[in-house]
Amino acid sequence: MSNTPFRLGFLPLVDAALPILAREFGLAEAEGIDLTLVRDMSWATVNDRLLYGHSDAAHLLAPLAIATTLGLGRPGTRLSVPFVLGLNGNAVTVRSDLAARITTVGGPGDIAAIGLRLAEAAREARDAGKPLRFGVVHRYSSHNYMLRYWLIGSGIDPDRDVEIITVAPPFAADALAEGEVDGICVGEPWNSVAVDRGAGVIVAVTSQIWLRGVEKVLAMRTDHMVDHIETTHGLLRALYRAGQAFVEPARCEEIARILARPEYLDGSADLIRHAISDRIVFARGAAAVHVPDFMFQHREAANFPWVSQASWLYAQMCLAKHVEPDDAAYQTAQRVFRPDVYRAALGPLGVPLPGASSKLEGGIVGGLGVGTTQGRLILGADRFFDARSFDPEALDAYLAGFKDG
Amino acid sequence: MRIAIVDESPARAAVIEEGLQEAGMRDVTVFVDRKGIAGRLEAMSPDVVLINLANPHRDELEELFALSRAMARPVAMFVDQSDSAAMEAAIDAGVSAYVVDGLKKERIKPVLELAVRRFRAFSRLRAELNEARTALAERDVVDQAKRLLMKRRSIDEPAAYAALRKAAMDSGRRIADVADALITAERLMGDL
Repeated sequence: MSNTPFRLGFLPLVDAALPILAREFGLAEAEGIDLTLVRDMSWATVNDRLLYGHSDAAHLLAPLAIATTLGLGRPGTRLSVPFVLGLNGNAVTVRSDLAARITTVGGPGDIAAIGLRLAEAAREARDAGKPLRFGVVHRYSSHNYMLRYWLIGSGIDPDRDVEIITVAPPFAADALAEGEVDGICVGEPWNSVAVDRGAGVIVAVTSQIWLRGVEKVLAMRTDHMVDHIETTHGLLRALYRAGQAFVEPARCEEIARILARPEYLDGSADLIRHAISDRIVFARGAAAVHVPDFMFQHREAANFPWVSQASWLYAQMCLAKHVEPDDAAYQTAQRVFRPDVYRAALGPLGVPLPGASSKLEGGIVGGLGVGTTQGRLILGADRFFDARSFDPEALDAYLAGFKDG
Repeated sequence: MRIAIVDESPARAAVIEEGLQEAGMRDVTVFVDRKGIAGRLEAMSPDVVLINLANPHRDELEELFALSRAMARPVAMFVDQSDSAAMEAAIDAGVSAYVVDGLKKERIKPVLELAVRRFRAFSRLRAELNEARTALAERDVVDQAKRLLMKRRSIDEPAAYAALRKAAMDSGRRIADVADALITAERLMGDL
């Protein structure tokens, strides 16, 4: 019997690694799937191909999967997220003179203190009639929400004190170099590209804002997933095994070379290796710094689609006024994440499966053993930089907490 | 109805514009350059924005549409959800569209169908052009190989061609491939 053809859309980013490795290491093939990867340059194109049947699944921004389901900006289509492709992995890079003012150039600093200095610079620029302008990769992106979260927590009103515009990842470094924006919040390798070209300096990585922030996800049309549930399960197993390979230090070189190929990221294997080994060069000429939580593709059940992650994103969409808080819409947003499909697919592998589908986000300080239906699972600290936590059962109280300042 | 065409390929944009004009749609503006597109689009306030599906700047445009007051919130991908055949045809052809919310389906459909036809025609043209270019390049290679054989073996042109053809038939390859291999070999030997 021949393998089932399956098309998966992606953008040239380091966190497209798991689908790429699932194909390159023959892991999809071992599940009877003939995986074809379709590269595009904008999320709108990736999304359209998914919605109108050109692809079976997509590497997608987690909030975009929710926005698409809720019908923001296009007719609503139900999407499902049975697997998270990674946590964290983004950074904030600003022009060099601004960086020199707010951080010790060349390494990670105290994110709260950097935020306060950024706030001062932002107010000055605003009062001078030239507000700081930041580029994020999409309106409905974790980048936008993480940046806004940091700005708000630093006393900056993201709508009044600064400007936030959309710049697609492959153009972010150019936009910074050409002075179109003062800062970018983008995924790798695009921060490293900006640093390498001397266009800017990394002042923060998003794991400093939220230590375990949900990033790209595997998204499928819900009806399509239900109709092809066996293939979906096989794909999830292949992606899980790709994650196991991803964290093997011995394979780092090989993985960087694969990702750098023209048909995938079409970029520098050196820069890509930095991101996947959590070794970040914050400024041109500076030594690489090991940032242990920079990106998470496998450990601590990183791929498990926690319903509370979708809930947190919905809360940020409310704060950004992208949606009006609404009980029914909140439930719809939560249902996008599908831990049930994850469990059904990965149960047979004997991997640790969280017993709960939701948790208090930002509630783990040291490390916590959590209840599982099989295996043993210890989750690392998941704090937010402002020490706030998010209880998905108390959305209203959470949102009200931001009004009080 | 005001129609905007956004495309980084001026040639394709022209092909579509011409088609719309021929069909009697006169109010058409083409945007090729990304610089300042936001302001110019807002000033025009189009009812329909046609854009190539893979345009790398669509996310920026969608942000613009989400914020725009002048444009009365165009939404992605048109018509209505029930018409999935029309949408799949558009995606296949590589067309995407944004339509002002509430615009009647009957008015949009012909615009879109026309754009799809024109996109397809353009792809076909380009494929034919590529074929023609490849054919030309292959003829050059064969000519070069013939000259090489004529010089090396002191034979005339028909004999050189016959030798190439025989080598191709014997090895089950195309004449152009054999010619290419011959030239590569000669280059490696250092004579070319």
